[in-house]
Amino acid sequence: MAKFAKKKDGDLPAVSTASLPDIVFMLLFFFMTVTTMKDSSLLVENTLPNATEIKKLEKKDRVIYIYVGKPTQEYAKVFGTEPKIQLNDKFASVDEVGSYILAERAKKPQEIQNVLTTALKVDKEANMGLIADIKQQLREVNALKVNYTTYDGDAFNNLQ
Amino acid sequence: MPRRKGAPEVNAGSMADIAFLLLIFFLVTTTIETDAGLDRMLPPMEPPEEDVVIKQKNIFTVNINKNGQLLVEDELMQLTGLRDAAIAFLENGADGTCNYCKGRKDPASSDNPTKAIISLKNDRETKYSTYITVQNELVGAYNDLRDRESQRIFGRDFTDMEAEYLNPETASSVRDDLKDKVKRIQDMFPQKLSEAETTSN
Repeated sequence: MAKFAKKKDGDLPAVSTASLPDIVFMLLFFFMTVTTMKDSSLLVENTLPNATEIKKLEKKDRVIYIYVGKPTQEYAKVFGTEPKIQLNDKFASVDEVGSYILAERAKKPQEIQNVLTTALKVDKEANMGLIADIKQQLREVNALKVNYTTYDGDAFNNLQ
Repeated sequence: MPRRKGAPEVNAGSMADIAFLLLIFFLVTTTIETDAGLDRMLPPMEPPEEDVVIKQKNIFTVNINKNGQLLVEDELMQLTGLRDAAIAFLENGADGTCNYCKGRKDPASSDNPTKAIISLKNDRETKYSTYITVQNELVGAYNDLRDRESQRIFGRDFTDMEAEYLNPETASSVRDDLKDKVKRIQDMFPQKLSEAETTSN
């Protein structure tokens, strides 16, 4: 039977890998688009609290970040273990917050200077005293829109 | 004489390797951002022109002490009961002008939702996580009421509508439509959550 004689001795045909680059490129483009490069490395511990009634921060260019928390282990020797404020890449004291906001605001284009949001990324172990001082500073420079950045989760988990 | 061929084909066999290399780089550097949180407005620095007189019964005071205990309307309260207490206060509707409120109409509590103010005070040693939980519950109380009314009038949740309204990818025709709806619900239960010292007499 000539019809069946073509089959060779049990060898499986090789799987074509010609489309492998396409698949990999597809993955590559996915990760390229979702990646956001971190612009400042964290010097403080930053475990955010949980909340359920959250709103997304749209438009990243309209956000100014302030980090608060205990200095991480490598900085704890120098800066102690009390919660500190981090602005850009360095530690700062409370009275520098106002000028930082003004400086950041001046960097933004004119038309969005009035609609900026200040995102407070505060470690859950921080005390409200420091936050109250920051809020006072923000009020002084008229940066009234704040966002307490949190994770999405049951708020009562914070209390444990 | 052999026929002249076109340009020799470039070997694309290593393209996958290059792509993999890039892929791994982006995989490692990716941090999917968790940028969401509670939006709040701080009170402006300049005091209002004239002193507004607010009746004591229209203010719902919440105090947090340094141990994270809650004093609501001068009574100790568990955090879990705060949302319900806030809802009961907001939609009390003692003066009867609020026809969508389902409260008890207790004359000792708020007149109507547009006058009801929640005043939040905290100690300097209050932990941030406790503060966020309280904020979350108070905002949650407003959202629950707004969702309820929004469901009744428009058949969908307020939070859902607001998220779509604020999303920059939403088409502007849809957004204009949503704007009025969002505004209407917001006016029914305006969020008056004060963190400054509220004077009363």
